[in-house]
Amino acid sequence: MKNEAGRFGIHGGQYIPETLMNAVIELEAAYEHYKNDPQFNAELETLFNEYANRPSRLYYAEKLTKALGGAKIYLKREDLNHTGAHKINNVLGQALLAKKMGKTRLIAETGAGQHGVATATAAALMGMECVVFMGEEDTKRQALNVYRMRLLGAEVIPVTTGTATLKDAVSEAMREWTSRIADTHYCLGSVMGPHPFPTIVRDFQAVISKEIRAQILEKEGRLPDAVMACVGGGSNAIGTFYHFIPDEGVRLIGCEAAGRGIDTFETAATINTGRLGIFHGMKSYFCQDEYGQIAPVYSISAGLDYPGIGPEHAHLHDIGRAEYVAVTDDEAVQAFEFLSRTEGIIPAIESAHAVAHAMKIAPEMGKDQIIVITISGRGDKDCAAIARYRGEDLHE
Amino acid sequence: MSKIQNAFQNGKAFIPFITCGDPDLETTGKIVRALAENGADLIELGIPFSDPTAEGPVIQGANIRALSGGITTDKIFDFVAELRAEISVPLVFMTYANVVFSYGIERFAARCAEVGIDGIILPDVPHEEKEEFAPACRSHGIDFISLIAPTSENRIAEIAKDAEGFLYVVSSLGVTGVRSEIQTDIRAMTEKIRENTTIPCAIGFGISTPEQAQHMAEAADGVIVGSAIVKQIAANGRDAAPVVGEYVKRMKQAISG
Repeated sequence: MKNEAGRFGIHGGQYIPETLMNAVIELEAAYEHYKNDPQFNAELETLFNEYANRPSRLYYAEKLTKALGGAKIYLKREDLNHTGAHKINNVLGQALLAKKMGKTRLIAETGAGQHGVATATAAALMGMECVVFMGEEDTKRQALNVYRMRLLGAEVIPVTTGTATLKDAVSEAMREWTSRIADTHYCLGSVMGPHPFPTIVRDFQAVISKEIRAQILEKEGRLPDAVMACVGGGSNAIGTFYHFIPDEGVRLIGCEAAGRGIDTFETAATINTGRLGIFHGMKSYFCQDEYGQIAPVYSISAGLDYPGIGPEHAHLHDIGRAEYVAVTDDEAVQAFEFLSRTEGIIPAIESAHAVAHAMKIAPEMGKDQIIVITISGRGDKDCAAIARYRGEDLHE
Repeated sequence: MSKIQNAFQNGKAFIPFITCGDPDLETTGKIVRALAENGADLIELGIPFSDPTAEGPVIQGANIRALSGGITTDKIFDFVAELRAEISVPLVFMTYANVVFSYGIERFAARCAEVGIDGIILPDVPHEEKEEFAPACRSHGIDFISLIAPTSENRIAEIAKDAEGFLYVVSSLGVTGVRSEIQTDIRAMTEKIRENTTIPCAIGFGISTPEQAQHMAEAADGVIVGSAIVKQIAANGRDAAPVVGEYVKRMKQAISG
């Protein structure tokens, strides 16, 4: 009989070494218990509200709306969360769960560094040990975040294998977990990996769409026509989509990183260029060659520079419920600059991919229509890299 | 009885692992012949994967060298077909789920049977996902080999009952690679396994010295050695075959003692 645990259509599953199986089974049992535990949920809500600054604002971007001349645009300001990104939602949930499970040590992978910073933050808050794996290439692109993690008391281990980016950091974190399980929780940063991670991470990030729904109903008295977010592994996107999935009238748009273009090899647009495969514990779509070797993907955004996508997104794509579009480096950088100038909001280069797509579709939509874009993180960390992209020799 | 069980008829089995195409297929051919001539009872042939998450640095390095040399799954099948004409020792493939899935599970199993492969080991396919792969293997007479880890505990009975070929007993936590000490209570694991199956069990991960091999063999039907051999191949390149042959002879003697 085929294992149905954690399947989203044909995607998901638990493709991991036997050594880790009891660890994920234990995690699933703990999560199933605590997710319905009123005390756990009360503690998490207090952390969200008092520590992470939730609920995050749903901001009407009037100048952006006027500049684009079409749909009314709202920004879901996850960039205003403590630590500057949506990553803290998932991390507070997992760290609290790990603590309840008696774990004393968190390990994590990170791409742009936002998940690593969030994990280091939660570890500091809860008195846990923290080790973060980060591709060596990314430690250079995101040097400031490396410093932040160390400042917060975490050990940062640069990963030099493979392409030395996010996928290699995930591989190395998985290897580390197989060597030390008893006291260690792997705090996975996106809706990916083996079951139950895609479900756990989604549930903790679903607070985004839960809030958007209530906020937009209050402000506009109706649901939006489209909600949009950038997609790497897909955690802020699934968080943005989740409570709108049953609402057929709400378009769900995920914006993938096309890098230098989906017709080049320098891309990370998984739905647009990948095919079905099995990697990092899950069945989903992956950028790969004809023999199943995982492709060395590329994007200007370290956080989207991943060759796969979470299994629930793969399923939403299969059934046609969500659309996945590709946005190039160039378009994202333009959007990064455009939002900074029109609204005084510097978005993370990841989030700028969603803004870029909104810049394409908003002008074609009616003025009575509404778009919500999730600004998953703030862009301070990207300023030096974007300056270099524009030919300025800026180093932190 | 599958051909794999023949490997366990000649005293304790010595099972070496090498990565195909490291540094090239011609050298792999020479090494396989040297392994067979010097007492290997079964040979694990690695099909390289770009991101081998269960491997330590040594075998990761072999995977990268092989892939940089342009090795592909099809080239490896052709290579094994040629090799089979002169080698009778049982051969199993060790690779990752995506290599098989991407090739097509049925097509992969059929090719294995055609070229004379006797089993498949996929370290990222646990018991829960086995039935996606095992039926195609079964229908072509290929054993789908399961792994048992130090953390398996309550899972041992179920995995052992469904086992085919042999059971790969993982000696330690962590990834593949040489270890100075193996602390797991191997005997407790193999005793639990034997309560549930008559399929032989072989211990792997971390074994490099004749002393370790001898010690491990006391509790099992065979020992598997990968990283220690791959290291010799990395150090000696195209001249590795005689070095590896000599090593295998010593290891087989140690566990036969």
